[in-house]
Amino acid sequence: MRIKARFQIARSEVLNFNFDISAEGITAIFGVSGCGKTSLLRVIAGLELHTNSTLQVGDEIWQDENVFLAPHQRSIGYVFQEASLFDHLCVKDNIEYGFKRASADSRNISVEHVVSLLELQSLLNKKPAFLSGGERQRVAIARALAANPRLLLMDEPLSSLDQARKAELLPYIETINKEMNIPILYVSHSNEEIGRLADQLIFIEDAVVKASGAISELLTRSDLSLAHRRQAESLIFAKAEKYDEDFQLNYLSSEVGTFLVPGKKLPPSKELRLRLVAQDISITLEEQINTSILNIFPAVIDELFVESKAQLTVRLSINKLPVLARITMKSAENLKLEKGKNVFAQIKSVAVLA
Amino acid sequence: MFTSADLTAFFLTLQLAFITTLILLILGTPLAWYLAHSRWRYKFLLEALIALPLVLPPTVLGFYLLLLLGNNGPLGYMTASLGAEPLAFSFSGLVIGSVFYSIPFVVQPLQDAFNNIGQRPMEVAATLGASPFDRFITIALPLARQGFLTAIVLGFAHTLGEFGVVLMIGGNIPGETKVLSIAIYEHVEALEYTNAHLLSASLILMSFLMLIAVYAINGRFRAVRL
Repeated sequence: MRIKARFQIARSEVLNFNFDISAEGITAIFGVSGCGKTSLLRVIAGLELHTNSTLQVGDEIWQDENVFLAPHQRSIGYVFQEASLFDHLCVKDNIEYGFKRASADSRNISVEHVVSLLELQSLLNKKPAFLSGGERQRVAIARALAANPRLLLMDEPLSSLDQARKAELLPYIETINKEMNIPILYVSHSNEEIGRLADQLIFIEDAVVKASGAISELLTRSDLSLAHRRQAESLIFAKAEKYDEDFQLNYLSSEVGTFLVPGKKLPPSKELRLRLVAQDISITLEEQINTSILNIFPAVIDELFVESKAQLTVRLSINKLPVLARITMKSAENLKLEKGKNVFAQIKSVAVLA
Repeated sequence: MFTSADLTAFFLTLQLAFITTLILLILGTPLAWYLAHSRWRYKFLLEALIALPLVLPPTVLGFYLLLLLGNNGPLGYMTASLGAEPLAFSFSGLVIGSVFYSIPFVVQPLQDAFNNIGQRPMEVAATLGASPFDRFITIALPLARQGFLTAIVLGFAHTLGEFGVVLMIGGNIPGETKVLSIAIYEHVEALEYTNAHLLSASLILMSFLMLIAVYAINGRFRAVRL
């Protein structure tokens, strides 16, 4: 579903948020705290009105010079930072609130379905006051889904939870994304969540949308600050192929090649995301044979960008996929690295996000 | 025991309190909603005006209402020219007086209750497809139910005890304007202490029971502030 937006949000500084994306799966709205991510979500929902703005979602105009649909006229689900359940209604009535108000022909998802998806069967008759933080947020997500929205908006839905609850809730969000054909706009400033969930990014910096598009591309673009961070990283999608019990080693196949990752056995069915931190990748001109490093791939240098007098970032193309490596200027000079040169990327560590 | 005149006064008082509370709920709910949500700079002027009956001697309120409702007052003149009964020294006049007299006791608890709900539940309901009226009925009203209970009990109880306003604009017409407090006053004037005791004690008991209900349900009594 295409989302075309031009927002002028008047705050202490004027935020100019323009983007045009094809929203499928999870699109993360990403930026530092206070950059206006939440405001962006609120204007998309119609909870805030700013003039000189337009918004088109699919074939519907939600806002332009002449039109402004009120929030209740927009087919959205909104999950706020805090669960914000209706305290006077039990869990079931909370979930049914939006469902009852959805038009009959838009009701593709039943209340029973969302209840089972978020595993709320045992809580249906409870009042929100008797739920834990994680349970409350699950009910809030179920309630938003049961409204059968065309677009699901989530504003840092995990930020009010502790680390353990976060880990519990993340799989639910992945399941929703997989099982339901609802595009999700997901506000977050957490690298971890973005890396794990997002298919696309809307990247906000300096009061504008700097770029929007596929996450693996945006993370490695030299014109964006993401690739220049100390923790610059690349994202690779992979699948567990086989497992070597003797060495407790996973063989993960990806478009880059097969990664060997030690650890517990990873489920073969799941799509895995591998995070490659730029600082953990080194470059050699010849393929090293007598080395402790397991993951070595032939690569072509795509672009070199200087970070400082000491360091530079190399964007490698491994089987046409972009991977960043952060090395010293001295090594770059020693190896005479330049665009188009064939090298080998040695990947010292791989983090599996799952 | 109660004389029949006392019983008449008793039921007249209940009737007055009931009608007054009903009118105050109808008028006070939108007013309280407005006060809770308006961002008007000079909103405090309106709030101060509504709190006035808390500090004014009821006779002052009664005096100006008398001028307003009397045959020479603008409202009295209007009703007279329409051929209606004069408002001063009538039950209707008493209702109008009581509404002014008890307004803060209804509006303030409601305003507090609406404030306490906050914007968030209403925003959530909006994103779930509820129109403004729908979410007022299904979210705001149930969430403000304690405020409503407090408003009803306080509005009712406060009207029960009114004296000064009635004295000024109601007088002492049995079955029309002679309410409990006036009846008690009369008994005391006539040195009928037994009758005065009976009425006073029942008024104390009734008010006490109602306030117990408010305290018990609200935990703390913060409904009316100045």
